[in-house]
Amino acid sequence: MTQNPRQPAIEKLPTGISGFDLIANGGIPAGRTTLVSGTAGSAKTVFAAQFLAEGIRKYGEHGVFVTFEEPPSDIRRNMESLGWDIPTWESEERWAFVDASPQPGEEVLFAGNYDLGALLARIENAVRRIGAKRLSMDSLGAIFTQFADSAVVRRELFRVVSALKRMGVTAIMTGERTQEYGDIARYGVEEFVADNVIILRNVLEDEKRRRTIEILKFRGTSHQKGEFPFTIMSGEGMVVIPLSAIELKQRSSDIRVTSGNPELDRMCGGGFFRDSILLVSGATGTGKTLMTTEFMAGGVNRGERCLLFAFEESREQLFRNATGWGVDFDQMERDGLLRVVCEYPETAGLEDHLIAMKKMIQDFRPNRVAVDSLSALERVSTIRGFREFVISLTSFIKHQEIAGLFTATTPSLMGGESVTETHISTLTDSIILLRYVEMFGEMRRGLTVLKMRGSMHDKDIREFTIDNRGMHIGRPFRQVTGILSGNPIHIAPGEIDRLNQLFNDDNEQQS
Amino acid sequence: MTSKFVLKLYVTGQTPRTERAIQNLRRICEQNLGSQYQLFVIDVLEQPHLAEQERILATPTLIKELPPPVRRIIGDLSDTLKVLQGLDLPVHPSGTGGTQE
Repeated sequence: MTQNPRQPAIEKLPTGISGFDLIANGGIPAGRTTLVSGTAGSAKTVFAAQFLAEGIRKYGEHGVFVTFEEPPSDIRRNMESLGWDIPTWESEERWAFVDASPQPGEEVLFAGNYDLGALLARIENAVRRIGAKRLSMDSLGAIFTQFADSAVVRRELFRVVSALKRMGVTAIMTGERTQEYGDIARYGVEEFVADNVIILRNVLEDEKRRRTIEILKFRGTSHQKGEFPFTIMSGEGMVVIPLSAIELKQRSSDIRVTSGNPELDRMCGGGFFRDSILLVSGATGTGKTLMTTEFMAGGVNRGERCLLFAFEESREQLFRNATGWGVDFDQMERDGLLRVVCEYPETAGLEDHLIAMKKMIQDFRPNRVAVDSLSALERVSTIRGFREFVISLTSFIKHQEIAGLFTATTPSLMGGESVTETHISTLTDSIILLRYVEMFGEMRRGLTVLKMRGSMHDKDIREFTIDNRGMHIGRPFRQVTGILSGNPIHIAPGEIDRLNQLFNDDNEQQS
Repeated sequence: MTSKFVLKLYVTGQTPRTERAIQNLRRICEQNLGSQYQLFVIDVLEQPHLAEQERILATPTLIKELPPPVRRIIGDLSDTLKVLQGLDLPVHPSGTGGTQE
């Protein structure tokens, strides 16, 4: 057949699956069949069912579910936990099952040639009866095991696909794969639904499960490429995290907000930018939580709403620490300006954390968000997953015009860089380093503003102290070099003083 | 006669395969059951709800409803031995059909 060059562009049908339509550039090809392929446990049935559920909930489009594997009773029950009331939809004739699941205990004999005409007739009947726009078939492998002759099944499924196209129904067919990275599907099913293929993966990476979705092809229309992480949430179903589909149209403002510490504000050239993300990196005990606390208090004192996600310390610890620095978190929460959320990183996967955090940000509508510490979340994810998480969270925060502060813990006490730093330093607008400085048998603390996008800042490494009123930033370390690399080397004080005298540093004398 | 056979044959339209299945079934029944059977032919294109009820996928499908156990035989019934087996009839066609169990 020759292609009509003026063929109208293929329309997209939004699935309504959260995040998916973004990576699909609008949805799946309307009036076509799309193959959704994945290994066992890759959430194929959820995708198939959610495609219909969202159609009913969001677009008023009715759907037919053809099940080759699980009986409808199982599907009704399993999907209830995702918040979909299939029995009600069935009674309202918005959802219909075509039950093609194997009948247990019934003997079937084969005596001659056959086709699957009855299946096709039932599908057509169900589509007409409820006026379905959408249809899901789950899963193809199961029908191949019911009928010995796969050539017949393939031919008949092709007839079904053609019939659906004729009826203008947009359909999902799920198929099995044996490997995460291998053939598209078993039984050669891609031969008759080769135009549109989506792959679901459930990969074990560094002992952590990672679910991803990839659109392999949409014939004649566009989509985002590559794998995107997704998660399954109770009450919601599948939620895709559309990383690269996130638009980079964050507004950046010149509005400065206080860090909560006047001395630090001065070092940063007048405070942090409002729509910026700041990374505070340092070893354990260098003062990251203190900086977070001051950042939150600084906001609350100006009547801003502040949200703190703590992944390292318990509520009690955090509140006690804050009190020790003269900040009353309790009162702030009572005033409704502060919300502290403490969570163990291990309670959920990173995708779930991300979605929960986004939800909380949406609900609380804060002006400031702090995460203490981001590194704690590294533990529950792969490096790649972690990077995706940070990208997604940063862009989300920036979109909301919120000032963000993340902390990262460096693995060694004296310096060096952390995984968190390596992976997110390019994503953040400003970086502040906190370091231990060993001087003459004494541990002191140093701070420097390493990067401040779009602003002048103090380049000194300054000493700071902590007391019951918080952080106090003092003079620069002048007689030490190599603090950042974790190998401080002392220079004879006399030498430094002499040099200082020579240049007569006025600023120094003031502070 | 209590052990009468009740057979339902599900087909899709008037196709050569449908015709073949009906002919094969009538021949086998006449040779083995005489008149002791009732045959219903159901066209799923006309009555899809019946196919839905019985959860038929393939056509032709023969369901032996009586006597128990219920059995399904899929295909155009050209394999006489398989059909006899499915109907619980002796596999040596006697031609008289007088003795059933």
